[in-house]
Amino acid sequence: MQRVFGRPKGLTELPFHYCPGCTHGVIHRLIGEVLEELDIIGDTIGVAPVGCAGFSLDFFACDFVGAAHGRAQAVATGIKRALPDKIVFTYQGDGDIAAIGTAHSIHVAARGEKITSIMVNNAVFGMTGGQMAPTTIGGQITTTSPYGRDCALVGAPIDMPKTVATLSGAVYVAACSVDTPKNIIQAKKCLKKAFQVQQAGLGYALVSILSTCPTNWGLSPADSLKWLQENMLPVYEMGELKMTEEVKAL
Amino acid sequence: MSKELMKGNEAIGEAAIRAGCKLFFGYPITPSTEIVEYLSKHLPKAGGTVLQGEDEVASINMCYGAATTGARVMTASSSPGFSLKQEGMSYLAAAELPVVVVNVNRTGPGLGGLGPSQADYFQCTKGGGHGGYRQIVLAPSKGQELYDFTMEAFDLADKYRTPVVILSDGFLGQMMEPVELKKRPKADLPAKDWVVGGCKGRAKRKVASYSLTNEIGEVNNLHWEAKFAEMKDSLQRWEAFHAEDAEYLIVGYGTCGRIAKSAVLKARRQGIKVGLIRPITLWPFPEEAFANLDGVKGILTVELNFGQMVEDVKLAVECRTPVYFHNRLGGMLPSENEILRKLGQVFDLAVEV
Amino acid sequence: MMDKILLAGFGGQGVMFIGKILTYAGMLDGREVCWIPSYGPEMRGGTANCSVVISDEEIHSPVIEYADFAIVLNQPSYDKFLPRVKPGGVLVANSSIVSTAGKRDDIEIIAVPAGDMANELGNVSLANMVCLGALLPKLTMVDLASVEKAVSAVVGKKKPELYELNLAAVRKGLGK
Repeated sequence: MQRVFGRPKGLTELPFHYCPGCTHGVIHRLIGEVLEELDIIGDTIGVAPVGCAGFSLDFFACDFVGAAHGRAQAVATGIKRALPDKIVFTYQGDGDIAAIGTAHSIHVAARGEKITSIMVNNAVFGMTGGQMAPTTIGGQITTTSPYGRDCALVGAPIDMPKTVATLSGAVYVAACSVDTPKNIIQAKKCLKKAFQVQQAGLGYALVSILSTCPTNWGLSPADSLKWLQENMLPVYEMGELKMTEEVKAL
Repeated sequence: MSKELMKGNEAIGEAAIRAGCKLFFGYPITPSTEIVEYLSKHLPKAGGTVLQGEDEVASINMCYGAATTGARVMTASSSPGFSLKQEGMSYLAAAELPVVVVNVNRTGPGLGGLGPSQADYFQCTKGGGHGGYRQIVLAPSKGQELYDFTMEAFDLADKYRTPVVILSDGFLGQMMEPVELKKRPKADLPAKDWVVGGCKGRAKRKVASYSLTNEIGEVNNLHWEAKFAEMKDSLQRWEAFHAEDAEYLIVGYGTCGRIAKSAVLKARRQGIKVGLIRPITLWPFPEEAFANLDGVKGILTVELNFGQMVEDVKLAVECRTPVYFHNRLGGMLPSENEILRKLGQVFDLAVEV
Repeated sequence: MMDKILLAGFGGQGVMFIGKILTYAGMLDGREVCWIPSYGPEMRGGTANCSVVISDEEIHSPVIEYADFAIVLNQPSYDKFLPRVKPGGVLVANSSIVSTAGKRDDIEIIAVPAGDMANELGNVSLANMVCLGALLPKLTMVDLASVEKAVSAVVGKKKPELYELNLAAVRKGLGK
């Protein structure tokens, strides 16, 4: 019998223990497929910091390093500078990349560090129980914005991919979502390109992916997808935000 | 072998290159800056990489990343910058990553000043970051030791899979002394069979420090505890200077240690039996140096802080003999005469200065 | 034997340089040496000083409480370091711009119009070397031959013309 669907080789056999309906699993799978398709599982080192993204250490089939909260891109820089011929990627949440690790997110792009970063944006701090993140949208209720995010008081959410796209060392920046099959296919294309950019040694690549957090949003998985579409998609610009000529030529 | 006249900070840089350091991540701060400057100039020529991080936090985490690949890596800073590295130090200790970290101690607290200080003793020896870890701390007292200890620090880091701190100070870093540029010593080191670098042809590896459950956390902590105990038993080192027949002992490390030697010699010329214990490993603290205190009428600890190492001296002495304290602060150094006067004062001795 | 030497002047007068020359001179003669800069926010502009210890035995304390010798190139340095020379010691002052009116009877003060003498050589910035020359006969650990070796080692390879000029200033200070 011919097997037509299975777990990609880029993932371990370990079952995901993310919450039901959380799209980390979908994103993991896409990355696992890309690692397999590009045949780079054995040459890749992933870096996961703290937060739900920290669980990814065990789920990918490649070598993995656990970093402190917000420090994944600095750690990845150290790895890449030591092993310039290997593929290095970070898998980070929005709190990690846009709050506590912002300095590194900016400078890794400014340096054009030849790594790939994946930012999973679910608009809350997930692991600590749904607190306000730098990406929490205006009016959104979280445990630390119980009356809704007041942008006059705490500022408007950061659109990290747009910010990073302004830096010359960032050669490929894409903002995706995994709320529909169409968007999932698009996200995979972007992820693949982000790794190919690194294989070609062109510079820094960032793929941001909007994700759900049904547990902390207090919604069913289906309603979470709807909430993402109605509330996050209008706020965050989608698409391939930046692509240098060299990347286009890939 | 010929000697080179070098600043202490330059000696550290040269020793790192000759010890096989391949990567340096740092951020300039006085009075440590000559280290990053020296390496920026010379490490690339030796096939290495120097990268100036966006801050100290980035630099220590870049070291963390590089160390996971097994490469020899170093960073250097000075007190306020070393504070910023403490999060990373805790992670290095937990993930058991060999990194050499230089702290050229300047005065504090706060921004403080640029002069020499020993006020980071607690921060270095008691675990300046969270979680209760220990790390090897070496205390050089002259140019040659800055060179030798830096070289050895890389071997110790690899042998025990641990961060190693070189605790220098603003005085030692800026002073120029002749340094013999010795070759890297042969060391018997364990294979780095834990490093990441792509899992082609072997099982996937992880380097991390997360304990998913309390049970796992206890197992991990028992492992660290045993490792710290082994290091404490096997690494204590100190210099005993005229200590064999001493009736009065001075205890001082680094700059204070070398100044105290002049005080010892001057006292001996006056027929006063003074000796010196100069701790070389600050962690583990050389408790063994105080095992036999027969005939010792008292101890004077000299430091450039409010009294930090003196607590470890008292723990090691266990009240068998009185322990006194002398200090200078804010970047000032004691002179040999000042130490001698203090000795005379606390032990009621007639000293000539 | 041990020479403890304090050197001070305006930034740019070459205080650190003569400190390095003395240190090299000692080292090349096989002595123990130690060069200690003052450093800090004031290192650009203002008064600079450094100290040098040259010894035939290991140098433990590099802290100079009272110096055997001092060279002061400007007035603030004279005022500051005059009390820091030990009784019986020697202080060389650049009398072109330093008034040695405030005196001590227990030390030897050598007033040298080093700025003017350097001008005669065509370069006022050689005043430091003139003063070094004036101090040389008093030092126990280095002599002219070792200073020649040191100047050669420090500037000789890169700028041979500076070697001759610096040594001319040293000899002028020596009265040769």
